Amino acid sequence: PVQWLEQTLWELGLEVHRQSFSRTLPFPDETRERYMVHGTNVYGILRAPRAASTEALVLSVPCSPGTQNNQAVGLMLALAAYFREQIYWAKDIIFLVTEHDLLGTEAWLEAYHDINLTEVQSLGTPGRAGAIQAAIALELSSDVVTSFDVAVEGLNGQLPNLDLLNLFHAFCQKNGLLCTIQGKLPRSDWDSLPGYAHSLQTLALMVLAQASGRARGDHGLFLRYRVQALTLRGINSFRQTKHGMAALGRTLEGMFRKLNNLLERLHQSYFFYLLPSLSRFVSIGLYMPAFGFLLLVLVLKISFGWGGGWGWEPGPSATRLSPQEARPGLLVLLPPVLICEAAGLALYLLPVLGQQVATQHFPVSEAEAVVLTIIAIYVAGMALPHNTHRVLPGAGAAQGWLALKLVALVALALVLVALALLNFSLGFLLAATMVPAAAAVQPNGPKVLLAAVLVLATPAVTLLLSIFLERELLEVPAGAGEGWQLFLA
Amino acid sequence: VVEGLALLDLGVSPYAGAVFHETPLIIYLFHFLIEYAEMVFMVTDVLTAVALYLAIQDFNKVVIKKQKLLIELDKYAPDVAELIQTPKEMHYTPLKVALFYLLNPYTVMSCVAKSTCAINNTVIAFFILATIKGSAFLSAVFLALATYQSLYPLTLFAPALLYLLQRQFIPVKLKSKGFWLYTMQYAALYLCSLVVIICLSFFLLNSWDFIPAVYGFILSIPDLTPNIGLFWYFFAEMFEHFSLFFVCVFQINVFFYTIPLAIKLKEHPVFFLFVQIAIISVFKSYPTVGDIALYMAFLPLWSHLYRFLRNIFIPCCVLIVCSVLFPVLWHLWIYAGSANSNFYYAITLTFNVGQIQLISDYFYAFLRREYYLSHGLHLTRQDGTEAMLVLK
Repeated sequence: PVQWLEQTLWELGLEVHRQSFSRTLPFPDETRERYMVHGTNVYGILRAPRAASTEALVLSVPCSPGTQNNQAVGLMLALAAYFREQIYWAKDIIFLVTEHDLLGTEAWLEAYHDINLTEVQSLGTPGRAGAIQAAIALELSSDVVTSFDVAVEGLNGQLPNLDLLNLFHAFCQKNGLLCTIQGKLPRSDWDSLPGYAHSLQTLALMVLAQASGRARGDHGLFLRYRVQALTLRGINSFRQTKHGMAALGRTLEGMFRKLNNLLERLHQSYFFYLLPSLSRFVSIGLYMPAFGFLLLVLVLKISFGWGGGWGWEPGPSATRLSPQEARPGLLVLLPPVLICEAAGLALYLLPVLGQQVATQHFPVSEAEAVVLTIIAIYVAGMALPHNTHRVLPGAGAAQGWLALKLVALVALALVLVALALLNFSLGFLLAATMVPAAAAVQPNGPKVLLAAVLVLATPAVTLLLSIFLERELLEVPAGAGEGWQLFLA
Repeated sequence: VVEGLALLDLGVSPYAGAVFHETPLIIYLFHFLIEYAEMVFMVTDVLTAVALYLAIQDFNKVVIKKQKLLIELDKYAPDVAELIQTPKEMHYTPLKVALFYLLNPYTVMSCVAKSTCAINNTVIAFFILATIKGSAFLSAVFLALATYQSLYPLTLFAPALLYLLQRQFIPVKLKSKGFWLYTMQYAALYLCSLVVIICLSFFLLNSWDFIPAVYGFILSIPDLTPNIGLFWYFFAEMFEHFSLFFVCVFQINVFFYTIPLAIKLKEHPVFFLFVQIAIISVFKSYPTVGDIALYMAFLPLWSHLYRFLRNIFIPCCVLIVCSVLFPVLWHLWIYAGSANSNFYYAITLTFNVGQIQLISDYFYAFLRREYYLSHGLHLTRQDGTEAMLVLK
């Protein structure tokens, strides 16, 4: 309905442009067996009557065939008509209709900012409206809703500014709309034990969503360009009070007016937070120390291992270990670390590169090829470093193990710290599972048990378990088979 | 550099734009070599490594000779046999030094980034080679080149002088005529070569523009791009009328440690050189990781101090962790917009503190070993109990 959209938007008085894009998918779409995806985005710009067009707000509506989002375009058009008549707009408003969900949004964003991150080929965006200050993505499946759900997690765990969320919450309350987060209703008895459990569930859902690194809605793609964005979903469930489009429209209009009044980009509030409920948040100052304590376990283990295992710098009259025995050479410590790093690198690069080779030689589809490659490299990465000690001399001794363990702990701590800064939930989940395992294994324990513990603590298993956990929390428990399917996906 | 070249080709002074701050000789060098930029930087790194290798080889010989001399003169206490360095364990040190420099991730990073710091390092490495070989003239020339490029190697004048004096067996006494004579000679060589180079630059470009652009830039820090140094954040936050005062304070900080270190370390000029290079790279106005790579290359030279280092693990971990966190927080600040400059500066501070800890640890270990050498390993106090050395 590109023509129809363009016509309607033009009749409303907006400046209409279209952008067509195409992308070669790495995996063929199963229904269509084709690699190329073509689409068109249509967007209309409402120019602010009295301001220079230096800043813009975006209302994005993903439009795809099917029932998932069939009402949102209607609401967007109604809002466009209403906004057109107002005179108080200081920023331009862009009404964006995208095709193919995330692909379309990404194509539009790339063309708008004139860069090329993913390999989307598109004709550029002919009309622009200045720097985008904020964006709201809207998804509605029916024309009456009982509640409004908000999704905050973006790509790689990036979150929008908390101010935007508070804005949404304030307006929902003002207009009497019920707003939820993670699909869970707010409870008023947050002090009681069931209230705590509920908040904990919400929090855990958010942690898992952020850790997965997937954008929960179209807004996630906006976050990469420093545009604060949210996705709002209208949910129609069985409830007495239903709100029509008017209430939604009022809420959105209020939000846009507030955003219109922004003098600078949203940066005052927190960027790093966890939400147990819509009106409460846990800031980074509270959750970082928890993570710090987990790492402290590693650090203490390292420092005691360093001090105790070697022997202190000898006092003049103390007996001491001769340096040759106590300190295995650097050469011995290096290969396992290098092999681990190489395996990680291979895991990142090879599956996509090797996909062509795999499909030519083996009768598997592309998606399966990638997954199998990943699993293969993963298992190899776990097994190889272990066997280097048979090859290199001098590493089998107890001191050798201790040195290797210390280096491994340092490397683990390093990776976890870097990860926690970027995507806190992922860092925390991995730390919570890997730190106890890493700290507890020693060469002189029950070998099989400790090996099992180590294997269980690897990130892949964590991923698997967290999928189960998420389904539990969403109150849709998944069977083992379904869980495995999701894991492979 | 590219901008400077472009402006030069247009016939305008390269310093007219505010971006180019390298010296005229560098522009002319790159004028011819811009096609082969990657090769040039790889070659400079290799040259640095080779220079360091040769220098350390010579230095090892000097150390062994000096040790033998002191043993014969009976300057060492009787029970320090295990502290003496043997030629066997020092055999691989030059190779280790060269490898440390070449395989250092910092060196690789600075080569990939094509930072002109690599050329700086090469000049300083050649200066060290010339000093250790004993040629005062060459050493003065290279020092002048290094100072000409970035102002701070001026402080390396003192360790070089001390080394050359030691080599000529001239004792460092303030009243001795030989000392002053030699100092004057060396200083004259240095200043003359510096003047020659500056005049050459003048004639190359027909203007004195380069002096404020190069030296004024280093000294007055107008450009506050974040780097791994300590200066940018301070000056970004400071009020205008204090900035001159703080600029002076910060710059004095770099030059300040030379005299006390010279007094303390006058017997060991090469260690002094190492500490001085490290101090320059920490307190410089625009440090880069290439500077750090240069002084880290010297660490295998002091591997015999390993048993005296009190806590080497923590500064090492701090350095590694901070190096990993630098790009992470840069990304968070600039690209994601979720952090701000405070985060990045915290890492900068921690990194520099780690470096300073590393240097002071080595300093302590070095002095401790010297003390043990002259007073014996088993220290007893007056009442016969065991004593511990403390650095005051």
